[in-house]
Amino acid sequence: MEDYATLLGFGPQGWGDQIASGVAITVSLALATLPIGLLAGFLVALAKRSPEPSLRLAGNIYTTIFRGLPELLTLFLVFYGAQIGLQQVLHLFDPEASIEINSFVAGMVALGAVFSSYASEVFLSAFRAIPAGQYEGAYSIGLTNGQTMRLVILPQLVRIALPGLSNLWLILLKDTALVSVIGLADILRQTGIAARVTRQAFLFFGTACLIYLVLAILSSFAFTLIERRVGRGGQHS
Amino acid sequence: MSEMAAAPSTVEKPPAPPRGWTRERIFGTALVALWAVAGLGLLAFLVNAWNPELFQKYAPAYLSGLGVTLALVGISVTAGAVLSIPIAWMRMSKNKVLSAIGYGYVYFFRGTPLIAQAFLVYYGLGSFRDQLEAIGLWGFFREAWNCAIFAFTLNTAAYQAEILRGAIQSIGRGQWEGAAALGLSKFQTVRKIILPQALIVALRPYGNEIILMIKGSAIVAIITVYDLMGETRRAYSRTFDFQTYLWAALIYLAIVETLRHTIEWIERRLTKHLKR
Repeated sequence: MEDYATLLGFGPQGWGDQIASGVAITVSLALATLPIGLLAGFLVALAKRSPEPSLRLAGNIYTTIFRGLPELLTLFLVFYGAQIGLQQVLHLFDPEASIEINSFVAGMVALGAVFSSYASEVFLSAFRAIPAGQYEGAYSIGLTNGQTMRLVILPQLVRIALPGLSNLWLILLKDTALVSVIGLADILRQTGIAARVTRQAFLFFGTACLIYLVLAILSSFAFTLIERRVGRGGQHS
Repeated sequence: MSEMAAAPSTVEKPPAPPRGWTRERIFGTALVALWAVAGLGLLAFLVNAWNPELFQKYAPAYLSGLGVTLALVGISVTAGAVLSIPIAWMRMSKNKVLSAIGYGYVYFFRGTPLIAQAFLVYYGLGSFRDQLEAIGLWGFFREAWNCAIFAFTLNTAAYQAEILRGAIQSIGRGQWEGAAALGLSKFQTVRKIILPQALIVALRPYGNEIILMIKGSAIVAIITVYDLMGETRRAYSRTFDFQTYLWAALIYLAIVETLRHTIEWIERRLTKHLKR
């Protein structure tokens, strides 16, 4: 038992430092992906509910592709594809140059694409839950399109979309584990190295699972707080 | 007179105003054009990179990989469906201990990444080699394929238990009470009254779960199972030809889209009586 405590502890004998840095990387990757994914998802949702058929088509193609591909494959496509593509562009200028894509950035792009395609569906169904009278009322008191969206629709939209988005955040948190495959030193990679070196695979991968579980529990606490705040705003008005 | 009566029905709707080139339309057309260019570019790349030798060498591998993926998903989803019944039952049980166990199981498997679970089973169970040998299970867990099936079954069982529970709880109490009033036993009620209604509710979530499993199954490539993704990685590592990944993407997209449309079709057929 003491043996395990040393292995998981901090300091020269333990792997605590490495695992802690892995946790930091996992959390920062997820946090960095979130705003990109939310923004892209919102824009795609706007496209998909537009009266203009070509915009709808473009949005639907986006969702179909990134919801249909396995996350791991999307990651590889971005990682190797961007590497090859950029290399070819670079060779036009300098035939000797070689380029290495940062796995953190590749992970952000790939996970952001997946997140946004799911988020666009969440936003879309939230848009449908807002009655047309809200728009009509806003226009009739003279708000512009942008004002209507910002002051009337968005506050309601966030409240309706929050449960769906919190679900997507938990999925995003779990999907970051895939980025370890292209070499990002996240929780899973650090525990994997520890497992190989110490030959205590069950201990370390079990620890990894528990850390993900703790992150999920912390997230749901955070979401309860946010939901309560957003919900309170609703009671006032 | 009759001409007068017929007159209103021949009045035509005023023609729709001509569709001008609004900002949205220009932007949307540009985006669609961008997708079209990307699609044509992909096609041109695949035609250009077409290599009969490569195709002959790797097409059978991709086919067998596809078989492995489908078998993996088929077996684990079926086994998971069986396993999900007791879990859903525990989750709905009034016994606090049982429902806590069910809740803990579901929370663990839904709260951790599938890839971490697969590692835990494939690499982690090696730590218990002696104990597993003692009960004669080491032979089973030595194979990556069996480990993948095991991990996927446990994972999908947790998700399916939640689907089943949600569907059963969506059926009103009156259905249970009515069945009890008719003198049906509990088992008869479940089989003849509750399940037929619950499964219609559960159809779409079940379909989504199968799609998620097909996408999720790509990670077994990391624990040395040669499914579609594994074969793709092997082909790429030997040829460094990017088209290997593009072919895999096309195959995955085709499977997922086929499944999605099939499920929608089944749902439309089954819910005809609910539409007015």
